[in-house]
Amino acid sequence: MHLTDAEQAMLDGAEGEAKARAMDLLMRYGAALGAERLVETRNVAGAFNASTPSIRHMAEDSFDRVFSELNLDSDEVVAIPHMAVPTCQLITGIDVANHALQGVDPALAEMQVEGEAYFGRRGISMMCTCTPYQVGNVPVRGEHLAWMESSAVIYANSVLGARTNVEGKESTGAAALTGRIPFWGLHLPGNRHADRLIEVGIEVDDMADWGVLGYFAGLAVEDGKPSLSGNLRTPTLWKLKHFGAAAASSGGVELYHIPGVTPEAPDLDAAFGPHPCPEPIRYGPKERIDCWERLQSAEDRKVDFIMLGCPHNSIEQMAEVAELLEGRRVHPDVALWIHTPRAIAEVSRRSGYSAIIEAAGGVVMSDTCPAISRRLPEGVRVVATDSAKQAHYLPAISKRQGWFGSLRHCVEAAVSGTWTGGP
Amino acid sequence: MADDDTRILLRGRGIVPGKAVAEALVTRQTISGWGGIDERDGTVIELRHELHGVSFAGKVLVFPGAKGSSGWSAYWHMLRLNGTAPAAMIFTRMSTKIALGAVVSRVPTVTDLDGDPFEAIETGDLVELDADAGTVSVTKRG
Repeated sequence: MHLTDAEQAMLDGAEGEAKARAMDLLMRYGAALGAERLVETRNVAGAFNASTPSIRHMAEDSFDRVFSELNLDSDEVVAIPHMAVPTCQLITGIDVANHALQGVDPALAEMQVEGEAYFGRRGISMMCTCTPYQVGNVPVRGEHLAWMESSAVIYANSVLGARTNVEGKESTGAAALTGRIPFWGLHLPGNRHADRLIEVGIEVDDMADWGVLGYFAGLAVEDGKPSLSGNLRTPTLWKLKHFGAAAASSGGVELYHIPGVTPEAPDLDAAFGPHPCPEPIRYGPKERIDCWERLQSAEDRKVDFIMLGCPHNSIEQMAEVAELLEGRRVHPDVALWIHTPRAIAEVSRRSGYSAIIEAAGGVVMSDTCPAISRRLPEGVRVVATDSAKQAHYLPAISKRQGWFGSLRHCVEAAVSGTWTGGP
Repeated sequence: MADDDTRILLRGRGIVPGKAVAEALVTRQTISGWGGIDERDGTVIELRHELHGVSFAGKVLVFPGAKGSSGWSAYWHMLRLNGTAPAAMIFTRMSTKIALGAVVSRVPTVTDLDGDPFEAIETGDLVELDADAGTVSVTKRG
């Protein structure tokens, strides 16, 4: 891999041990990929949290040790300096304002707070959400990023036309300290064209519809780059958020095109660029119902936990939840958790949406989610969610039953304690 | 006495150095990190996966590659710290997830083989992998 003089100097230790380790990792990683060189980035989104139980012993040693091992793949503990480029924290493991509800050991919650101070001092902005693009980190078209979080990557690439691969904890740690990432994959314009076509033959309108379509797309193309076609009503940003998260979860989709909607595909031809349009994969009523059923992993219609907000809710979604809950009461045997970034929770609180949600018996959560934190309310057997991504992951991770449906289905279940949703 | 073992040799590109000799565990399905495996014992936990409940710890894992969450490398990193990583890996579909995951797991890994590993290797075969030389030697069993 070719290095610039500045990169070689960092590798040689001219800017300290931590940056040398970072460059060493980038070299090993870039060589494994077969990248010819690195590219400069000034926008890193990583996972620097240091408060999960499995690494508690490392964090009790020092946060330098956690960063060195988990964010630099360094066998030696090095002192971590200030990040070289703007860097933000993605989803984390504990909602510090609600840790008691999560059943988190107060000592771990305290460690979370200490960790956030350590990272913040080094220039890692504590957004603590899987949706940094909803709280101000909105890359421009063509911008080279080093982002983690598959749902954020697919959003940045597809909806914003920015350029990132799916990075990991170690590569984002290295990128944050050096401002470099391998020039490979989706950083190259020639790699960004669609290679699969999904012909949508039915109306796709609400959040549930877009989630099911996304889940179908991921199953159909795995890690391909699909373009949709069909009579699609222009979706809102949060519908695209859900679509992408679902596709990234069921398969490994990192980039999609919707002609006339996403910025790199003004029309179907542009989506495919120099390549011929392939035979379409058809999505119709049968595919939708099959996929809907596939998202269900429950049999018991008596539900005890409703999880909303995966990826984290936008303020519009918070307003909608409040609207549906106003004047109603969550069933005494049911817990309702609604997840949104802390910055948006503040807007929700200020607007009175949270008061409505809380009066109904719901809880506004931030920073994390049950799948990441692995914490659910006590005694939960059956979960219901409006998120295709959460429906895909949470039952496997938590070994509980899971229903997927629309927001309306979820709110009805929260109030009645019974799941009545269906395709 | 005739040797009933048949041996197959494949050549490819080592992306993480080292050597290993172990039994193969083969799947034609990609494997997730977060939400797909239990890093404490190296088992697949994804509900509908053909290897659900099976552990790849100490095996030569032969699979297409990674899928799912960006936490892939973090989980393979934890496998190393927990001592539950595969002995070696052979994969066919390059991605940032598998490249970074293999690198941080320090597990000897080979890709870009000159033959189809899914045709050549079955679960239970003995595999000798040399990632420095880029070679995979398969002794068929049964």
